[in-house]
Amino acid sequence: MSSTPPRTATHAVPPTGGNSAAPHDPDPDREAGPVLVEVAQATAVLGGRTIWAGVDAAVAAGEFVAILGPNGVGKSTLLKAILGLTPLAAGTVRLLGRPPGQANHQVGYLPQRRSFDASLRVRGVDVVRLGLDGDRWGLPIPGRRSRAATARVRELVELVGAAGYAHRPIGQLSGGEQQRLLIAQALARAPRLLLLDEPLDSLDLPNQAAVAALISRIARAEEVAVVIVAHDVNPILTYLDRVIYLGPGGAVSGTPAQVITSATLTTLYGTPIEVLSTSDGRLVVVGQPEAPALHTDRHGTRP
Amino acid sequence: MTGVFSWNLIADIRDMWSVAFMVNAFRAGTIVAVLAALVGWFMVLRRQSFAGHTLAVVGFPGAAAAVWAGLGVAYGYFGFCLAAALVIAALPQRGNRGYTEQSAVIGTVQAFALAAGMLFIALYGGFLGGTSALLFGSFLGITQSQVLILALAAVATLVVLALIGRPLLFASIDTDVARAHGLPTRALGTAFLLLLGATAAEVSQITGALLVFALLVLPPATAQLLTARPAASLTLSVALALVTVWVALFVAYYSPYPIGFWLTTIAFGLYVLAYAAVAGRARLGTRATHPIAAGA
Repeated sequence: MSSTPPRTATHAVPPTGGNSAAPHDPDPDREAGPVLVEVAQATAVLGGRTIWAGVDAAVAAGEFVAILGPNGVGKSTLLKAILGLTPLAAGTVRLLGRPPGQANHQVGYLPQRRSFDASLRVRGVDVVRLGLDGDRWGLPIPGRRSRAATARVRELVELVGAAGYAHRPIGQLSGGEQQRLLIAQALARAPRLLLLDEPLDSLDLPNQAAVAALISRIARAEEVAVVIVAHDVNPILTYLDRVIYLGPGGAVSGTPAQVITSATLTTLYGTPIEVLSTSDGRLVVVGQPEAPALHTDRHGTRP
Repeated sequence: MTGVFSWNLIADIRDMWSVAFMVNAFRAGTIVAVLAALVGWFMVLRRQSFAGHTLAVVGFPGAAAAVWAGLGVAYGYFGFCLAAALVIAALPQRGNRGYTEQSAVIGTVQAFALAAGMLFIALYGGFLGGTSALLFGSFLGITQSQVLILALAAVATLVVLALIGRPLLFASIDTDVARAHGLPTRALGTAFLLLLGATAAEVSQITGALLVFALLVLPPATAQLLTARPAASLTLSVALALVTVWVALFVAYYSPYPIGFWLTTIAFGLYVLAYAAVAGRARLGTRATHPIAAGA
């Protein structure tokens, strides 16, 4: 347990993660790779409202990082800012050492979404394929490149275990099935980093565990760093290398052992939260604020 | 309409094609069918049928204004439809695919367009016979030069559609990820509305402003019911539209009723058949786990 837990979320906190070798991050069993994401003193303003200010965050290669925080604090906006989809009002973002938007082809992005429309008559494999060459202009010409793309899509579908239903219209698949295919889509261009926005949202409990395990397994096998936005930390808790807590005033980062404690979480969320230990040594977070009913709608209205 | 029907279909077709305007009608109908089937496929996928319908309706005052001003009808169709496409594209977009906010504005534009059309007809006077042709279509008197204009406009539209087709599909079903992949999703949406406007202008000249849907919605919607494979779906959409137009022209030639009625009835009949077939197959449960995945 950290001796200096972040006391408040309303003030900017100096960066503590990544390669800065901060005293808060004494992870002994992992060597920090090159920095993939570097957010420095960033401020986001949407529609005249300051979403967050003075945020510092970093993600190194190979890390499995969760972004936590109360609803409406702008976790999705942070991912969009990293991708250059939302401009910053102040501060800087570097993605793979380049300005935002210039290295997106090396990043797999899974936006927060409601599921596909049930009447959408496009197959799962087509959606995966779009992640591979959907941004290419002109007609797909049959040939070597097209066959290679087809083979790659088959490989991706098998990687996420979706071979049984990938040829069905995506609108008819369950939330968990759709999520697996979307993870395959995000992996299509062999990214170095996955940015996943609430990938476990709207899944039932067994599917949450299964998809979380799948993400962790793929991250290791494909050597991809993962940044995952979550409002419920329990399904991913065992896989986490580091946690970035986003509050209105800034970001706090640390190892799960530092941040996932009763004292720290209670302070950060401003509501009583208990961290329990199960018999097999896993942590369970109890009393964490649940998403309000209008959660998806709120995100849907964000540009 | 003018022909005398015999049960010898070959002779009937030969008889029909001996009439110059029928040959032109088949040429124009074929061009329009291919165009509407392909552009309409994306319109159905993007849930922009209401916008498409409005663009078609806007063609009516456009054509009426052109007649009143003594210009070619085609100028009126294209001018008004493309301008309306830009207006719809400029409307603020809410959410990624939600056109809910737009629908009220689009409906307002549509009502005003119809009213303006009636005004232009009143201003022109003595145009009553032409009104129903503008609204419900006519294949009489399509000239050689009209066919040429249709062909050029269709080729231009389809070349642009071929260039932007794949990114447009991406942006249509997966807007956020498409943006993250660096695609200009907003510009793609505007480009598509312009293609839709041009298509509506072309199709209106055959089906009339009110029955554009017969070609723009029904064949693509039928094709999407039958298969979820994009390439097969697009091909099927074209085939259905061609069958619809050819059969409609044939029947209209030998019947006293207008082409718009036959077009719509045939396209609608195909849709109902497809729907029944799909529903029946699902009911039978023979392929309950793969409802229509392997279709076509």
